[in-house]
Amino acid sequence: MLDYPQINQEYCNGCGLCVMVCSNGVLALVHNIAMVYSMGTCVYCTNCEAVCEAGAIRCPYEITIEYKHFLNL
Amino acid sequence: MVDIDSLKNMPYLLGLETDELEDVMRSVFEKSAERNEIIVHEDEPAQALFFIVSGAVKVQKTSSEGKEQILGILRPGDAFNDVAVFDGKPAPASAIAMSKVTVYGLNRTDIVTLTVRHPKIAMNAIQILAASVRRYISLVEDLSFRNVTSRVAKLLLQYAPDQAQVEEAQARPRLTQQDMAGLVGTSREVVGRSLKALEEEGAIRVDRHRIAILDKDVLEEISAED
Ligand code: SF4
Ligand code: SF4
Repeated sequence: MLDYPQINQEYCNGCGLCVMVCSNGVLALVHNIAMVYSMGTCVYCTNCEAVCEAGAIRCPYEITIEYKHFLNL
Repeated sequence: MVDIDSLKNMPYLLGLETDELEDVMRSVFEKSAERNEIIVHEDEPAQALFFIVSGAVKVQKTSSEGKEQILGILRPGDAFNDVAVFDGKPAPASAIAMSKVTVYGLNRTDIVTLTVRHPKIAMNAIQILAASVRRYISLVEDLSFRNVTSRVAKLLLQYAPDQAQVEEAQARPRLTQQDMAGLVGTSREVVGRSLKALEEEGAIRVDRHRIAILDKDVLEEISAED
């Protein structure tokens, strides 16, 4: 599930800001807790992470390196 | 409709008695904005001080070369356009709605008379402005004295997988922009700017949830500038 923001529901205070800033309807509040609701539309803008004051949302980046760097070693 | 309960939690109005809040409320107006709507335009004369009731607002400055720098993200309870309202000069930055937003506003002329009538507002204002001066001093420090971009470059090199990890498709390290900010000792806003700068140099490509190191040599050169 690297393609989606990761939500730590224990930290979520249900403020709903992440849901409001997501322009793609990816997130929803269910029983006052944020969750990824609609798969496939997240553009990984990381706005939801940026507005979450509770630190409940993480949008991690995988760090990769072009394989060419290991040729001719 | 302006609601006194939301009003009393606004940092500028903390500690005001109910009759004082009622007096303030007579001058408050409500305004809504759609996502991406510019509520305050940089360089325009300040009309009003705004308090966020719901939604999120980003404060952003555009450089003469057209580059955008997010100075902060504001949430319910936060105020914006205060600097321009108090010094009477044009707004130093734009405020843009990140979602549907509801704000309360107080016109510049009203805030001045209200501050005279209710000195607690002046005390609150001093505290809020002092806190933002402090925040901007550290931002300036990050942007000018210490080369954050080179430290972000160094961090990416540290976290880059080695040959064995690549060949065996091992789990790659994962970092959020907030993690990177913590690791190099800056704010998330400055990390965002550094990643863009590294991308412009052709050193990396930020691709959805992946930061691909395209040119390790360029990244190493930049990291050595620190
Ligand atoms: S912004 Fe954070 S705290 Fe608020 S609802 Fe979303 S995850 Fe929960
Ligand atoms: S990263 Fe952007 S698109 Fe994806 S869920 Fe968060 S706000 Fe929505």
